Amino acid sequence: MAISPDDIRARIRAALPDAEVSVSDTTGGGDHFAATVVSATFAGKGPVDRHRLVYAALGDAMRGPIHALALQTETPEEYQRK
Amino acid sequence: MNDQLRQRIVDTIAKDRVMLFMKGNPQMPQCGFSAAVVGMLKETGATFGSFNILADPELREGLKEYSSWPTYPQLYVDGKLVGGADIVRELHGKGELAKLVAPLS
Repeated sequence: MAISPDDIRARIRAALPDAEVSVSDTTGGGDHFAATVVSATFAGKGPVDRHRLVYAALGDAMRGPIHALALQTETPEEYQRK
Repeated sequence: MNDQLRQRIVDTIAKDRVMLFMKGNPQMPQCGFSAAVVGMLKETGATFGSFNILADPELREGLKEYSSWPTYPQLYVDGKLVGGADIVRELHGKGELAKLVAPLS
């Protein structure tokens, strides 16, 4: 039961509709991913709560198909500054 | 989650001020992300406790629910979740990890 970067992106977008999401499969094996999520929802939240929002969006996928997810979470303003 | 497991989780987090829940142990990490966090903690020179979640399936699943955090490693300081490997790396990059885990004077 592999999952694709597009599936991951769609799940995150369903929970955070304003989010810009980029996902890459870091090993090509369909189980290790890296994602950058940019959303205004993150404003005023610390890193732990930001990651929790993304993990909640992914739900069961985090318990099976996704073995590892390197996650970067930023507000649009933080992203612009980079 | 039953009360007994919840209490065991609370007690385990409280074992050390800086507590790392990881795959394997600091001498022999069983996962690259756990190894990375061990390496960063060692760079700070802080002392820290660790718990091998691979050896305790019940606590492994229970802690995920307790903390609303589905992955390992998980780093706690003063009983509070600091984050996983990404957040620890970010803090370390900004020089904030050492301050966070430094012994209380």
